Amino acid sequence: MSDERADERSESTNGAGGEPTRDDAPAFEAARYPDGSITYPAHPVGPDGEAPVGTVDLNEHTAEVITWTTSTATPPGVREPNHVAIVEFDVDGEPVRAIGQVTTGDVDIGDEVEPVYCDQLRDPAAGIREPASQEWDGFRFRPVE
Amino acid sequence: MEDVAIIGASMTRFGQRDAWIRELLAEAGQACLEDAGMSADAVDHLYVSNMASGEFEGQTGVPNALAHDLQAVPAYTARIDQTSSSGGAGIYAAWQSVASGASEVTLLVGGEKMTHRTTAEATDVIASLTHPCEYKHGLTLPSFAGLTARLYLDTYDAPRESLGKVAVKNHRNGVDNPHAQFRKEVDLETVLDSPIVADPLRLYDFCPITDGSAALLFCPVSVAEEHADEYVRVSGIGGATDTHVVHERADPTTMRGVVESSDRAYEMADLSPDDVDVAELHDMFTILEFLQFEDLGFAEKGEGWRAIESGRTERDGELPINTSGGLKSKGHPLGASGVAQAYEIVQQLRGDAGKRQVDADVGLACNVGGFGNCVTTAILEGVDA
Repeated sequence: MSDERADERSESTNGAGGEPTRDDAPAFEAARYPDGSITYPAHPVGPDGEAPVGTVDLNEHTAEVITWTTSTATPPGVREPNHVAIVEFDVDGEPVRAIGQVTTGDVDIGDEVEPVYCDQLRDPAAGIREPASQEWDGFRFRPVE
Repeated sequence: MEDVAIIGASMTRFGQRDAWIRELLAEAGQACLEDAGMSADAVDHLYVSNMASGEFEGQTGVPNALAHDLQAVPAYTARIDQTSSSGGAGIYAAWQSVASGASEVTLLVGGEKMTHRTTAEATDVIASLTHPCEYKHGLTLPSFAGLTARLYLDTYDAPRESLGKVAVKNHRNGVDNPHAQFRKEVDLETVLDSPIVADPLRLYDFCPITDGSAALLFCPVSVAEEHADEYVRVSGIGGATDTHVVHERADPTTMRGVVESSDRAYEMADLSPDDVDVAELHDMFTILEFLQFEDLGFAEKGEGWRAIESGRTERDGELPINTSGGLKSKGHPLGASGVAQAYEIVQQLRGDAGKRQVDADVGLACNVGGFGNCVTTAILEGVDA
C-alpha cells in the first residue's frame, strides 16, 4: 500500500471521531492457522485446534457489510450515535469476519467498506473496564466510494 | 443418578425496589422455603445466581451472606455467574448437586440489584462480558440485537411489525402477572413509534433494567413423593456455549448454544419440541424470541416470526410463549431471570398461574447469557404425588 493510501486510511481519535492524521496505520492483524483458516481476533488456538502460524493484515483488503446498526444508547465514553457493522473480508478466498465502528450511518448490507485506523475508539477512562487491560485503538470501516 | 424434583418456588416483585441485593435474595429465599414447607436448617447446598453484585453495588460474598441471613449455616454455598444466564446455570448446578447425591436439599436463589445505576452505567456493566475487540468499539448487548435483527429481517423477508407484535403480546401477558415490572398493555403503533435504540430496534423491543429475586427448592423425587402432594420434576436439562466473539459465528441468526442445550435437554427427557405445552424464552430483545423459537425446534429456521403473526404463541395459542410477560414486561434482574422463568413454568404446571393459567403438563425454560454466549434449557413436568 502506498504512503498516500495509508495516510487516507487513518483517523484520529476520541470517541467522537476526529480529523485524519498523517501517521502510518499499524496492521489490522488477523491470525492464520495451519488449516488455512483466518480469525479476527487471534486466538491461542484456531478452529483446527492448532496455534497460529502467521498473520494477515486486513488493512490491505476491503470487506462486505454483513449487517449493521446505529446504537443511540451508548455506554460512557462511546460516541453517540455509534454506527457499527459486522463485515466480511475475502483473503485469497478465505472468509474473515470482523466487527467495528462505521464512519457513517449511510451504509447498507452488501456495501463494500475499507478499514480506517483510529487511535482511540472510545474513552478508556470512562467505562468499567480497566484501561490498562486492553488496547483502545483499532479500525473503523468506511464505505468505498 | 437421582431424579430431581422442585418442591418450592418463589419470586419477589420485579421493578424498581428500595431493597438491596442481600434483602432481595433473603426475601425470595424465605418465601421459597415457606412455599415448600421446609426449614432453612434442612438446606445442604445454597446457590446464588448473580452476575455483578460487586460491580453494581460493591457487595460481594452474597452466598455466605444469604446463608447467614436465612440461618442456613453451615450449608455449602457458591455463587453462580454466567452473566444473564446465571439463573439457568444455577438450575443446572442445583440439579447436579441433587442428582449426584452431594446434596439432599438445595436452595437456589437468583437476584440482581440494578436500578440505582443509570442506563448507560448498567449497559456498560453488562457489556463488560464482551471481548476486548468488541468492547473498544462500544458494542453493547442492544447493539448486537440491532445487528442481528437487521440481518434476520433482511435474510428471511420478515416484516418489522412482527418484532413489535412480540412486545405487544408479552406486555399483554404481563398485565396479569402481579410480580411484573410493567403491567400495562402497549399497542403496535406505540412500539413502532418509540425511540430508536439500535436500528431497526426501538425502545419497546428491549427489556427494562430491573431489581428482583426468585428462588427454587430442589430435592430427590423420592423425598418429594414423601413431602409434597404435587411437585415438578426436572425431566431434562442441558447447558452449552457459543463463541465469545459474536461475529465469528457462521450464521449470526442461529444461536448454537440454544440448539445444543435443548438437544441435550430433549434427549435427557426423552421428549421432542412437539411435547412442550408452554415455554418461557429469554426475550431480552424481541428478536431473541424468534431465534430461540426456531433454535428450540418449534419452527424451521427463518419461520419463527410467522408464529406471532398466526397467534400460535399467544396465551390461548397452540404453544404459549412467555405467559409471565417475559423479560420484556416482567423485567430482567440478570441473575434472577433464569430462576424466574422456571418459577413461571412451575406455577403453570402446578395450576397456580391464576389468570395466566394455560393447559400444560410439560414446560420449557430457555435462559440465554451474553448474546447467546451461554445457554441453559430446562424441561419440567408436573407430577401428582
